[in-house]
Amino acid sequence: MLELSGITKSYGGRRVLDDVGFTVADGRLTGFVGGNGAGKTTTMRIILGVLARDGGEVVLDGTPVTAADRRRFGYMPEERGLYPKMRVLEHIVYLARLHGFTRADAATRATALLEELGLGERLNDNIETLSLGNQQRAQIAAALVHDPRVLILDEPFSGLDPLAVDVVAGVLQARAAQGVSVLFSSHQLDVVERLCDDLVIIAGGTIRAAGPREGLRSQHATRRFELVSGGDAGWLRSEPGVEVLEFDGGYALFDADSDETVQRVLRDAVARGDVASFTPRHPSLAQIFKEVIQ
Amino acid sequence: MNSRATTPAPTRATTPASSPAFAQSVWLVTEREVGSKLRSKAFVISTAILFVIALACVLWGGFAAQSGTSYPVAVTPETSAVTAELGEAVEVTEVATADEARELVRSGDVDAALVPGGAEPFGYTLVGDERVSTTLIGMLSIAPQVELLTPDATDGFLRYIVALGFGLIFFMAALTFGSTIAQSVVEEKQTRVVELLISAIPTRALLAGKVLGNTILAMGQIIGLAAIAVIGLTVTGQSELLTGLGAPLVWFGVFFLFGFILLASLFAAAAAMVSRQEDIGSTTTPLTFLVMAPYFLVIFFNDNPLVLTVMSYVPFSAPVGMPVRIFLGEAQWWEPLLSLAVLLATCVAAIVLGAKIYENSLLRMGARVKLSEALKA
Repeated sequence: MLELSGITKSYGGRRVLDDVGFTVADGRLTGFVGGNGAGKTTTMRIILGVLARDGGEVVLDGTPVTAADRRRFGYMPEERGLYPKMRVLEHIVYLARLHGFTRADAATRATALLEELGLGERLNDNIETLSLGNQQRAQIAAALVHDPRVLILDEPFSGLDPLAVDVVAGVLQARAAQGVSVLFSSHQLDVVERLCDDLVIIAGGTIRAAGPREGLRSQHATRRFELVSGGDAGWLRSEPGVEVLEFDGGYALFDADSDETVQRVLRDAVARGDVASFTPRHPSLAQIFKEVIQ
Repeated sequence: MNSRATTPAPTRATTPASSPAFAQSVWLVTEREVGSKLRSKAFVISTAILFVIALACVLWGGFAAQSGTSYPVAVTPETSAVTAELGEAVEVTEVATADEARELVRSGDVDAALVPGGAEPFGYTLVGDERVSTTLIGMLSIAPQVELLTPDATDGFLRYIVALGFGLIFFMAALTFGSTIAQSVVEEKQTRVVELLISAIPTRALLAGKVLGNTILAMGQIIGLAAIAVIGLTVTGQSELLTGLGAPLVWFGVFFLFGFILLASLFAAAAAMVSRQEDIGSTTTPLTFLVMAPYFLVIFFNDNPLVLTVMSYVPFSAPVGMPVRIFLGEAQWWEPLLSLAVLLATCVAAIVLGAKIYENSLLRMGARVKLSEALKA
């Protein structure tokens, strides 16, 4: 488990991270969301040791992270890029060797991984001759080739078409299933919502919310319900304690002021006609996000 | 967060037993740096052309020097004793009579003829066609004894050529590989691969590997050129010049090694301050002048001992200044050692300074990083 606590960072007197702390659990996908300039990339760079922190601690499995630990971190920087004039296999082998693998070991793993990612035919082509999508795959190989214990991915889905998003998501889920701690940031809240087990929301350099996704959703749940019935749902509008948000024939979306009101509305609805569905509406990640960054 | 208990952290047998030592990381970067350069056709071809030109110059110089020293001269039995004293400086054709000798001069087979008769103390006459080489006259003349109060160890032309040679080689090699390291640093920034690299190895290992790789390439070129000079001088039989040039060549190699490490660290640091190849010039131009300065100084001031002495101690020009002074025999035995110590100290300072600028600028993309900011904490 990777734990951050009290991380601070300033650039020329401007504080960009203030007391940032959260955990990235083993075997789980942790989504890291925040607006532009909220501090996501800075936080990730500090975890990787690429950037020095002013204060705070990064702890892995109970002990402060060392340079040796970081060798076993996989990283996909927000700014993608590989040497354009290097061959795909050669490049990934080089990176594996920088992470401490022998030449032979590095070659075996790089070949297997690139084949798994569908680049088996392009091993000896220069990076610059690959299509953008294939360059992304090579970039993923670069983050994974040394069998990382922790994966830190900065916007791994940006610029990907929906199909490629699924490929990358599949790779991340597979790694998480093997017990790797995965932290990834994204602007695409729908993707995060679909993928992540845990969620960290950052705004203005401070952590606004963190925890399991479902926990956060129920924490921010409101008494919002959706009713689909056979009859006209117009009666709801005159019901005390109910605020109708959307209305169309037998369909209504409404907020209730208390659990009693909810139960009373349900009983009334059944009494007035057939009820096709009566469902609580959990807030979407986008709603929670908007709420917590206020 | 119960996952700690449920899912064990992955620790597989395939995990590297230990993280590579700093030196290993440095060497990996070095290998890549050298390998990618050697695979560049442009580099291989330009180096080959450089070597061929250098070889041609040495050989041409050698043969020209040789052919200039021997004069074809015709003699008669009476005058043959005179040319015996001149040794190899003349190529003697012995004929029976003075008329035959004159005929050879007229036909152009020989430059001059020595025929009997003429005023004392010579007792012979030097016959030429339209003119006679003054060198030949000089060789046959009786010269007064000469005493020089401050003898010049080497002649001016040779001094100029040697100074020019060292200056040019330093200038070319330092600039070529200085720009190479600068471009390579910016390439890593521009393609953004740098962040991936420094997440795997320490920034200093990356810098050290790049400096080392380019130093190996530059030294390879220098040693290649030195080998060509030695082979060329041996083939053309100029072993005398070679003896005089041996020590300066070795010193040049040693000074160049550290001089280049010094420059390479600064070139890398300067390049790290920009993010695009187009902007390299804005930070490396001052260094380019530093590299060019010794070349021009040595061309204009190779006969000025004061300037040469100063040059031989200033770290940036010592690789040119000191070997030239050693060649001229002007340097005491301890001088190259002292100068080398100064160079080494500067080199260490440049590495420390360069590493700091490099570390502080490497992740700053976009506008050029200000020097004052690059030097901060």
